[in-house]
Amino acid sequence: MKHIFKIIAMLVAVSAIWIALLETATVPRSYTWLLPIYLVVALGCYGLFMVGFGLMFFPTCPQEAVLLQQDILEAKEFLSKKGVDVGSE
Amino acid sequence: MADDAGGGRREYSIIVPTYNERLNVALIVYLIFKHLPDVNFEIIIVDDGSPDGTQDIVKQLQQVYGENRVLLRARLRKLGLGTAYLHGLKHASGDFVVIMDADLSHHPKYLPSFIRKQKETGADVVTGTRYVQNGGVHGWNLMRKLTSRGANVLAQTLLQPGASDLTGSFRLYKRNVLEDLISSCVSKGYVFQMEMIVRATRKGYHIEEVPITFVDRVFGTSKLGGSEIVEYLKGLVYLLLTT
Repeated sequence: MKHIFKIIAMLVAVSAIWIALLETATVPRSYTWLLPIYLVVALGCYGLFMVGFGLMFFPTCPQEAVLLQQDILEAKEFLSKKGVDVGSE
Repeated sequence: MADDAGGGRREYSIIVPTYNERLNVALIVYLIFKHLPDVNFEIIIVDDGSPDGTQDIVKQLQQVYGENRVLLRARLRKLGLGTAYLHGLKHASGDFVVIMDADLSHHPKYLPSFIRKQKETGADVVTGTRYVQNGGVHGWNLMRKLTSRGANVLAQTLLQPGASDLTGSFRLYKRNVLEDLISSCVSKGYVFQMEMIVRATRKGYHIEEVPITFVDRVFGTSKLGGSEIVEYLKGLVYLLLTT
């Protein structure tokens, strides 16, 4: 199944529940009318939280840049001994 | 053990597309041989007619490491990334194919962990991920990190792609799996990398991840501008509609 259909199916299911709530009026209708807004706000919060969380704990590796410079020097030394032209970029 | 094998089949083929990577291609070949001393592999350099003499350097490297270990499979001009892999694949004799960038953002020291992971799990695809413990990125400013996280959250939520790092391209594939995936992927640029992994998930291939670090040595931030973001969003919609 194409992924878009999964998403559409989920939206349809959520809408069906919402309409059922509106029709049966098990909770006061004035509350039910606000539910979609809560849903959008909740999704937005989830997104912002995930991005913020990801940014706070973004894995960085400054030591790798140093190690790479060492590897580059080592490689250049070996290769120039073997006659490979690594003098210029 | 494999060094004196006179051609024939290899177990691993490492495809490295290059364009103007004169120095980097030499460094990466050295580092691959350093980190895979006991592995039967070949390196296939697919050079798109670099004007800076990348191919001359590759020929010098062939003198050092042997023409049967370092293969130069050049093309006349710059063509797409997908076709570069396909071109390399045509000349690959390995059962497993590794794809990596030549600019040293992908360090060959992680190759043993890709190979080990594949052997342990029998995975069809082993993909390097920057966004887990022991992985990481160096050289990105806040804006670059923010866009990367935003793009990732969006894709993870909407696509459920089955991998934590969608746009990275440091991956090991079973040969037939790579052939299958390339033939069904049409995107360009790094959306291509995302399409490859999403299609692999949808086709039910077994995907495993290993942590890698990514050192961005091109310190410009120009790599990710507005047009790339638009391309990314288009790619996302395309994948939502077709996978």
